Amino acid sequence: MTGFPILTVMLAVPAIAAVACIFVSANAARWIALLATLVDLVLGIWLWAQFDIGGPQWQFVEHVPLFGKFGWALGIDGFALMLIMLSVFLMPICIGASWIAIEKRVQEYMAAFLVTEVLMIGTFAAQDLFLFYIFFEAGLIPMYLIIGIWGGVNRIYASYKFFLYTLLGSVLMFIAMLWMAQFAGTTDIPTLLNTDFPVHAQIWLWLAFFASFAVKMPMWPFHTWLPDAHVQAPTAGSVILAGVLLKLGGYGFLRFSLPMFPEASAQLGWLVFGLSAVAVIYTSLVALVQSDMKKLIAYSSVAHMAIVTIGLFAFNRQGIEGAMIVMLSHGLVSAALFLCVGVIYDRLHTREISRYGGLAINMPKYAILFMLFTMASVGLPGTSGFVGEFLSLAGTYQVSTTITLLCTTGIILGAAYMLYLYRRVVFGDLTEDDVRAMPDLSFREVALLAPIAAVVLWMGVYPESFLAPMRADVGTLEARIARAAPAGDSLPTPGKHVTPVAHGEAHQ
Amino acid sequence: MNASLLMILPEEVLTLGALVLMLVAAWGGQASTKAISWTSVAILIGAGIALIGPASSGGEAFYGLYRADAFGAFAKVLIYIAAAVAIIVAPRFFEQTSGDDLRPEYPVLILLSAVGMGMMVSAGDLLTLYVGLELQSLAAYVLASFMRRDTRSAEAGLKYFVLGALASGILLYGISLVYGFSGTTLFTSIATAYGAGHSMGLTFGLVFVFAGLAFKISAVPFHMWTPDVYEGAPTPVTIFFASAPKVAAMALAVRVAIEAMGPATDQWRQIVIFASLASIIFGAVAAIGQTNIKRLLAYSSINNVGFLLVGLAAGTAQGVASVLFYLTVYVAMTLGSFLVVLQMRDVSGEPVETIASLSGLSQRRPGLALAMMIFMLSLAGIPPMLGFNAKLAVFQAAVDAGFISLAVVGFVASVIGTYYYLRVVKVMYFDEPAGAFQRGNSIVEGGLITVAAVFVSPVGWLLLTPLGVWTATAARALF
Repeated sequence: MTGFPILTVMLAVPAIAAVACIFVSANAARWIALLATLVDLVLGIWLWAQFDIGGPQWQFVEHVPLFGKFGWALGIDGFALMLIMLSVFLMPICIGASWIAIEKRVQEYMAAFLVTEVLMIGTFAAQDLFLFYIFFEAGLIPMYLIIGIWGGVNRIYASYKFFLYTLLGSVLMFIAMLWMAQFAGTTDIPTLLNTDFPVHAQIWLWLAFFASFAVKMPMWPFHTWLPDAHVQAPTAGSVILAGVLLKLGGYGFLRFSLPMFPEASAQLGWLVFGLSAVAVIYTSLVALVQSDMKKLIAYSSVAHMAIVTIGLFAFNRQGIEGAMIVMLSHGLVSAALFLCVGVIYDRLHTREISRYGGLAINMPKYAILFMLFTMASVGLPGTSGFVGEFLSLAGTYQVSTTITLLCTTGIILGAAYMLYLYRRVVFGDLTEDDVRAMPDLSFREVALLAPIAAVVLWMGVYPESFLAPMRADVGTLEARIARAAPAGDSLPTPGKHVTPVAHGEAHQ
Repeated sequence: MNASLLMILPEEVLTLGALVLMLVAAWGGQASTKAISWTSVAILIGAGIALIGPASSGGEAFYGLYRADAFGAFAKVLIYIAAAVAIIVAPRFFEQTSGDDLRPEYPVLILLSAVGMGMMVSAGDLLTLYVGLELQSLAAYVLASFMRRDTRSAEAGLKYFVLGALASGILLYGISLVYGFSGTTLFTSIATAYGAGHSMGLTFGLVFVFAGLAFKISAVPFHMWTPDVYEGAPTPVTIFFASAPKVAAMALAVRVAIEAMGPATDQWRQIVIFASLASIIFGAVAAIGQTNIKRLLAYSSINNVGFLLVGLAAGTAQGVASVLFYLTVYVAMTLGSFLVVLQMRDVSGEPVETIASLSGLSQRRPGLALAMMIFMLSLAGIPPMLGFNAKLAVFQAAVDAGFISLAVVGFVASVIGTYYYLRVVKVMYFDEPAGAFQRGNSIVEGGLITVAAVFVSPVGWLLLTPLGVWTATAARALF
């Protein structure tokens, strides 16, 4: 497109800012981090504006054969664009959420967040297999530090579990990547997307990639690291974990598993469907009995991610588009919910649901925003959650009615646990004195939550803005996997043909 | 003959330099220590310069006894760098540590050891190999027990000597078998003998030679000396042990495997694969319980040798190139992490070695903690550190040669190793500071740590292209 290497600049800005943060005072580090993330947000908006919808599949391509075996190859399609937008949108909010809550070692904290931003954008923009892996895996280091240094009481355990669990998942993928590079003779992702691997090898490769993405996603039963990591991480850490890092798994399925191994994806689709159906029901039930707010939202994330995976493996347009919208929507909504938890945690320093109650009385602004996000999480029409879940389930229905039936219960259960949470925290009487003393949202907190609320409604009312950039890519993907698409069990059967009878004939 | 003399120029420079310095030491005594140290570094640099020309491209010298090729030259550059670092950091260490002072023999012994290592990596004959190995080892035995009044150091020297002598015996036995059944000690002729057909005697010889070499590179099951020696030896000597002789022994093993026993690849590959996986797994599991940082790094080096052997098991030019690349990164990581250990001193200046004493380092000395974190993550092979690229290279070679299951097991086992590297990061970054820590006041050591950390950090990626070319050229020399 243009000669301006915008993706490299988007990576360079936070990287330089991260280094700068280390050498300045705490307050200066806050401002540098905020400024850098806002610059990236502006660059991201410009990127979206310049993105040629209906143009070539890969845009803003940069390729410098810099590192011997692999090159500095960047480029985005519609999927990557949307997820990069999500990252750059949430990042300034994360910095804002940590403005006061983080008091110790601010410089390192801000640097860690900026490095995370670099790695997330890099993961979505990488067009070289090994470059992708490097960005994908390197993201563990700053998150490990964020959880380990600024986390809660049990942070050490959570940080180890997070790091080792996800690393173990990824090493198998790495070996698969080595094999693919040798088989195809290239590490260029667009080329690999059109390489047909032998079917028997596809199965192994698919399983190796599955090991990594299922852990990242996370899918049941590989999700156990998530509640620990979320509960122990600081608020902004949870936001970025739920908002963007969980999307890496879905993005991986979309970018690698489906187009590179279509036959294997079709043959092993039952595995994904089965695990997803279990995940929806099981984790929703688990969420219902949580007494810790963050844990509840963490389990709800697992349930929502299962809706993503069934949509992806439905092999049709509605399913894939729905999965992408659920990812974007969940990125916004769960981020907002974690921020909502963070707001009251900052005031009372507990996440116990039973300690709260009656917040609608003394925190009306908070109650309104929290309700909006609760509804979006439930999937109320008009919010982003509805669009995604509806499309995803509609796509799945064409393949398997049973799985759709099972997964739709997740929406009902989702309504149950979210409304139950909302009722216990916001409604009822103010019984505790310290809860009564809690002030309503400050200007900073409103400024953090309002933009997310706006985008959630925008996506719910006019999803076309978000679907349009991805439309061509969904088409490409659909065409690529069409040859392996499983036959659906709900194909419309021809009914009895009723011959229209002329009025009056019956009387004869 | 004149051409041969030119080809061994680096060894001549080192030998003459060491002999002259020994005389200077004899007359100059204790006072000349510093001057001799710096002159030794200059001699090592001179030997490095002498590598340009016939010494790196001459081919065979002394009727095949000695090889002057790019492979040997590449290994020698690494050896000289490591030896120079071990000499540079010694004076300050001995000055600050109570007990023995640094004596001028120290740099001279390292120079002599470097001569031996140069012979090892350039050997074209089993006898050159053995003489080089013994010259290196004898100097190393003395260095291990350099702090004569320290019981741990004396124990390390004795242990190293006894076990080293045993290993030399095994190696010699293997050499004699090979000689007996092939009638020659020249690598090229031995290769012909292996190619001629199966012979039980030659196979036995191969097994014993590899067992002897496995001791020198401290691969499991011949690793047991490593933690004790690394812990007991004075830290500058440990720096030396962990880097230069490892490079020499590994390069020697590669040369013997490819040049002398290339036709028997299928036979030695089984040994190499076993030693590789055993080293990776044992090195990872045994390190978990360690509380002493030097012992931890010793197990880490066992673990890394396992990864190096993965590249050798591939048995291809690509595999050899990956071994050389891994060795380069390994030397940087090892030198760097041991240099950080060298900085670990309490307020009174005495060295401390427990991992717990690193706690809260990121708040007391953020730069040092950052460097150590880079080294630890690089040793664990986490991207974007250069240690990841090294693992990428060896596993790519293994997968390309068709050893997918080896790659899978090796890489999955590397996750176990990640645990204890992360523990060091955890202690430095998550724990609260415990006790005071001496401020770093050596510009040279700080500079060396910075150079090593920058090299293994993502900045080092910029060197991947030239390093790829050099290692490929060096590897081609063997095929």
